[in-house]
Amino acid sequence: MAVIPKSWNVPQPDVLTKKIDHGPASMGLQKGWMSTTPVQIKEGMHCHAALAKNLKTVGMPNPRDWSVMGDDWKLPENWKEIVLDGLKDRLGRFRSFQLFMDICVRCGACADKCHYYIGSGDPKNMPVLRAELLRSIYRKNFTLAGKLLGPVAGARNLTYDVLKELWYYLYQCTECRRCSVFCPYGIDTAEITMMGRELTNLLGLNIDWIAGPVANCYRTGNHMGIQPHAFKEMIDFFVDEIEDVTGVRVDPSFNRKGAEILFVTPSGDVFGDPGTYTAMGYLILFHQLGLDVTWSTYASEGGNFGLFTSNEMMKRLNAKMYAEAKRLGVKWILGGECGHMWRVINQYMGTMNLDVAEGSKMEDPVSPITGTKFENAKSTKMVHITEFTADLLRHNKLKVDPSRNDHLKVTFHDSCNTSRGMGLFEEPRYVIKNVCNHFYEMPPNTIREQTYCCGGGSGLNAGEDMELRMRGGLPRANAVKYVHEKHGVNKLACVCAIDRAVLPNLMEYYVPEVDVTGVHEMVANAMVLDGEKKKTVDLRGEPLPGKEDSE
Amino acid sequence: MNIVLSLIVSGLAISALVVIPFAGVWAAPFYGVHIEWLFGIVIPYLAAITFFVGMIYRVVKWAKSPVPFRIPTTCSQQKSLPWIKYDYVDKLDNPSTRLGVWGRMILEVLFFRSLFRNTRLQYGEGQSIKYTSSKWLWIGAIGFHYTFLVVIIRHLRFFTEPMPFFVKIIENVDGFFQIFLPTAYQSGLLLGAAATFLLLRRVLIPQVRYVSLPADYFPLFLILTIAGTGILMRYVLKTDVVSIKELTMGLVSFSPKIPEGGISVVFYIHLFLVSALFAYFPFSKLVHMGGVFLSPTRNLENNNRAVRHINPWNPKVKIHTYEEYEDDFREKMIGAGLPVEKKVAPTENKE
Repeated sequence: MAVIPKSWNVPQPDVLTKKIDHGPASMGLQKGWMSTTPVQIKEGMHCHAALAKNLKTVGMPNPRDWSVMGDDWKLPENWKEIVLDGLKDRLGRFRSFQLFMDICVRCGACADKCHYYIGSGDPKNMPVLRAELLRSIYRKNFTLAGKLLGPVAGARNLTYDVLKELWYYLYQCTECRRCSVFCPYGIDTAEITMMGRELTNLLGLNIDWIAGPVANCYRTGNHMGIQPHAFKEMIDFFVDEIEDVTGVRVDPSFNRKGAEILFVTPSGDVFGDPGTYTAMGYLILFHQLGLDVTWSTYASEGGNFGLFTSNEMMKRLNAKMYAEAKRLGVKWILGGECGHMWRVINQYMGTMNLDVAEGSKMEDPVSPITGTKFENAKSTKMVHITEFTADLLRHNKLKVDPSRNDHLKVTFHDSCNTSRGMGLFEEPRYVIKNVCNHFYEMPPNTIREQTYCCGGGSGLNAGEDMELRMRGGLPRANAVKYVHEKHGVNKLACVCAIDRAVLPNLMEYYVPEVDVTGVHEMVANAMVLDGEKKKTVDLRGEPLPGKEDSE
Repeated sequence: MNIVLSLIVSGLAISALVVIPFAGVWAAPFYGVHIEWLFGIVIPYLAAITFFVGMIYRVVKWAKSPVPFRIPTTCSQQKSLPWIKYDYVDKLDNPSTRLGVWGRMILEVLFFRSLFRNTRLQYGEGQSIKYTSSKWLWIGAIGFHYTFLVVIIRHLRFFTEPMPFFVKIIENVDGFFQIFLPTAYQSGLLLGAAATFLLLRRVLIPQVRYVSLPADYFPLFLILTIAGTGILMRYVLKTDVVSIKELTMGLVSFSPKIPEGGISVVFYIHLFLVSALFAYFPFSKLVHMGGVFLSPTRNLENNNRAVRHINPWNPKVKIHTYEEYEDDFREKMIGAGLPVEKKVAPTENKE
């Protein structure tokens, strides 16, 4: 029996999973989905409402304190008009949105592809129905058939209850895009959820787990709200830790002008275990290579919760990377392990913000160690750390002893965003296989482009929605459990800071024998450093089997 | 709308579409009213105009919405370092070039590639979750669309003189088995079978049933009824093909005329239902036929880091500049030994 913290307010896994019903009983025959409002908002299945102060910091509309469970969400009087105007505006600005409102045939191919549907059995978590919640409003107000025929054409009025229902399910989607892989028209629920969330933000209906990090990131440069001196102190603490373990003292620099490379990673890696060990991994790697790299306290956040708020907010937060690269005069930017950060970098950053970089000293990225040109990043000028490290390993520029990770049986969780918004599959695997001797893949329907969400992506990794997270994480945990039972896997590797925050809880709940690690933690543990002392423990201070002091 | 209501509404709509031409062509003459011209000429023309104008309006509307960001759903390895495997599967499922996008779109449009990936969830006891390959929807969809295409091509024999060679070829292939007289075309029967399959799965699979609207049942009913009346005309009632061709040729040559001696009412019902389908098309989910080509998650290269994509409405936004940031934290930064741009904290000028 898993030991589950009381605060999670979640029953034992077998109890939780036994009650999930995907059969006809979960969907009334008498009542169509359109006549099931008002929605039953359940504790543990949603995040807390955004605080007024966090909306004020970034100038978002309707800042006030409100409660999701409360009857009155304190909306502006003309809220309906705001939503409909906002909807119209976005239909005209995003072809994806206009198209995805029109062309769904409700074939149902997406229905059982969503981790939240699998884990909850709630039919409104089927991607098609999640989208229909918004489409029904679209049809009623913007299509001839909907105006004339109403419910017969799948159209319904935007009422307070409909809005609440829409909100509830927009914040039960992690924008993972798994459904879009299977859709014959490429309809991407993430696009619909993003548009829907933009609309909720026009009314001040964000959740605080998104609005808080956004406000913090805007002001201090990172989600955690860490001020510059504290950021440096934390890295200094890592430097001591690393010296204790390896005997080598690394010497990172901050906000240093003239550095060749700016390094940006999610602040989660600096302030939360087990991400911290991955951050130590970066420090060790840079030191051993003698890389001319600097950290920034201003652009101290790779993640971007603006992505979960609105495209404008995403742009505002992301701009710091180029602004800082320009100020410091670096040649290119190296990005740490993160999921949605890389969705933003790979699919949005250049488009949104390259003009910020105009007049900077940035060049096409070249590895100073191997001379490799990163052709695929020559416009955006930002390279993924696993691309960088894979290149080092390929050119034998990194001395590693994979046997130092022999006590690990590793599997790899593809993060949704690097998978379906980038296609980063081989690079992390190449790195892992070079630093570990025991690597096992999870079943094919649960990895690569078909990978499952950790259950807490897109800003839903809060503490108050543990039931939602455990339900959403079920398919992922189930696949880990499978390789744990079959191969004895005890490490779940990932290249995502949200994964590193979310998966440990998920594992604790479903597969307590499995630990979560970043890829560069394992890289650093396997690295043979110049001037290192005899290593007896890894970065976590856990003894290395066979390397214990044998005096 | 629950399933029962949806089926009733769709069924009533179809019944109306059958009764109207029946009343207009079969019953009206008893009262001395002859309006074959309405059903044989005016309505088909109006339907065709609605279809073309409506579809153009749709596509133009989609095209007018810009594509601000390059957001392909990447379903395979990206093109990155030269030695990292990026073979033809990757080039098609995660294209980095225009050619790759063409390949991806051809696979998508002609072979329903994404639907081919379909799996089915099997949720069992004890946290056992399995995914089995599920190709039935793909088979049904392919069968439905391709037999429909064959049926449409075969119908070109009514609109061309002489008949183009490919129509003849299609007819020969379609009637390969040479059973019955007149030769039975497999396409019509298969179309009926495929549409029936799609209808049955919609009714029987709980998830699909729950999301289905009258707008999903209606087009299936409509197509089934069209196929049914077509089959009825050809194999049972043996409708007068020569008169029909006289009418259809008149329509395409813009010199429409109702043939002397008249045509069976089943033909008018068939024609009216086809007209309804054409007119309904641009206002329904059937517009996926055009939309599939424009889907930004499929028809764009994943090369945004290598080639800049321009957003035509890229908004001007307020950012928190480094200078503002340093103003907020300067003393703390100096205290921690972090480099700063301005050495002294800005103090108010006191003279």
